[in-house]
Amino acid sequence: MDIINNLVKDIGDGIAAAIIGLLGQGLAADIVIMAIAAIAVFAVASGGFAALTYAERKIVARIQDRVGPNQAGPFGVLQPIADAVKLFTKEDTTPASADFWVYQLAPIIVAVFATLTFTVVPFAPGVVGTNLNIGAFYIIAIGSASTIAILMAGWGSNNKYSLLGAFRTVAQLVGYEVPMLLNIIPVIMLTGSMSLVDIIERQTGVNGGWGVPFIVIMPLSALAFLISGIAETGRSPFDLLEAESEIVAGFHVEYSGMKFGLIMMGEYMNALGVAVMFSVLFLGGYGGPILPPYLWLVLKTFGVFLVLMWLRGTLPRVRIDQLLNMNWKFFVPLSVINLIMIMILGKVFVSDPALFKANGGILIQPFAQVIIFGASSLALLILALAVVTRRVRKDRLAEAEVLQQRREANQQIAAAMH
Amino acid sequence: MSYAPDDIRRKAKDGLAFIILPLKAMRTDYAFIGVTLIVACALIGVVPILNYLIAPQTPNKAKRETYECGMETVGDTWVQFRAQYYLFALIFVLFDVGGVLLFPFAVAYNSVNLWGVIVVSLFALTLLAALGYAIKKGALNWE
Repeated sequence: MDIINNLVKDIGDGIAAAIIGLLGQGLAADIVIMAIAAIAVFAVASGGFAALTYAERKIVARIQDRVGPNQAGPFGVLQPIADAVKLFTKEDTTPASADFWVYQLAPIIVAVFATLTFTVVPFAPGVVGTNLNIGAFYIIAIGSASTIAILMAGWGSNNKYSLLGAFRTVAQLVGYEVPMLLNIIPVIMLTGSMSLVDIIERQTGVNGGWGVPFIVIMPLSALAFLISGIAETGRSPFDLLEAESEIVAGFHVEYSGMKFGLIMMGEYMNALGVAVMFSVLFLGGYGGPILPPYLWLVLKTFGVFLVLMWLRGTLPRVRIDQLLNMNWKFFVPLSVINLIMIMILGKVFVSDPALFKANGGILIQPFAQVIIFGASSLALLILALAVVTRRVRKDRLAEAEVLQQRREANQQIAAAMH
Repeated sequence: MSYAPDDIRRKAKDGLAFIILPLKAMRTDYAFIGVTLIVACALIGVVPILNYLIAPQTPNKAKRETYECGMETVGDTWVQFRAQYYLFALIFVLFDVGGVLLFPFAVAYNSVNLWGVIVVSLFALTLLAALGYAIKKGALNWE
């Protein structure tokens, strides 16, 4: 059982030992090992991308009562390869009026920064690119770099549709970073560290953790993080920056061939990054019984991605004013209130005797603390939803009344003309 | 290896170690990200070049025109952004900086008592008040 559980770590250690044997201990060996690990990270990210394009097309097709790709290979599993061949052999035109370097570099930057997200993800115990002590912060910082690349693509194409897509990027992607940021903070607070390994250990109960994933403790934060993550990566139903029925294809109208492929790759990797981050921050990452750890991470990530596909397959696109209102007038205030609530609850109800001695509060059992956190988070969520649904219903009724008045006025005009 | 503030303070007695130790930790921690950046740039940067070599290249004037659904483009594309977007970006900066200021507090959460938490709550409430003001002024209404 240990062999299977440590498979990935042992392979990595074996390769590292072989290279040190070959080159001797030193800078050269370090750089070669890091380069191989970097290639492995890239392979995981792009392999995930290839698998997910197929899975998404197949599953969304099933949701919408279609068949999906079924020609290339058995059940169409070779579809990603067929797509790659097609894109590689497609002529790659650059518009004459485009800003050459900005236009050429944008797809590369999208894909590179999406890959960089995976450098800090712990795949299994001891299998992590680099265990940064600011891991969670690094994810946010790298995630916002793709916004710049999308803005570059939209602006550099010198196309009005692209520019509209870039404009929307500014408003949407930039805005949804705030709730993402504010909902990672409670996780860091309850862990006391920004390192992703520490966050996972806190949830799996290795070093005196709760042994409960954070989604149980903070359902509201988890939900807000997931939704703002979907909006941040610009996936349907928040795909306003590439809304094909409104602005053709948004910021990537002018891209063809493999440059388009790279933009797709960057987008999928970003979405995959959000799914991985959600499973690390709120679902306990690689922690889980019976199955080997890396399999747990894959299963959890795929589970989260399944939710993303499900949303994409079912929901219509939101309007931009709805999108922005939902962010600034719902998620941001709610996240701040949630943050303050968790901050104060965590100081009033303490389960760790050492902390109780240092800071005071009310000493209770860990499971009671989990229940208090979870229940108050859920209560806040239900309260907020109740308030918002009432408000939205009122707005809709007012809107309907205005429409009705307009219709009556039109009828009167029509009657007068007869 | 960890370089928590306590570590650094303890090691500060050894003169320059105060600066050098965190820098050393950074070198080993962040080197991998640098290597990944280079590897990813190489692997991804080669893709458009390969595409250029493999695919047929027969550009002509019509192909290189701006694609706007067959219509000829009218006027300049690179116009000024509307002030509305600027407002959103400005409020984003406010919240982003505020959020970043909360990160160090979140890491040090276990060593703060209830009073410290109340002080930080006041800071968060100030942010919320600023947002409320912006909403009331109509800065966040999309038109």
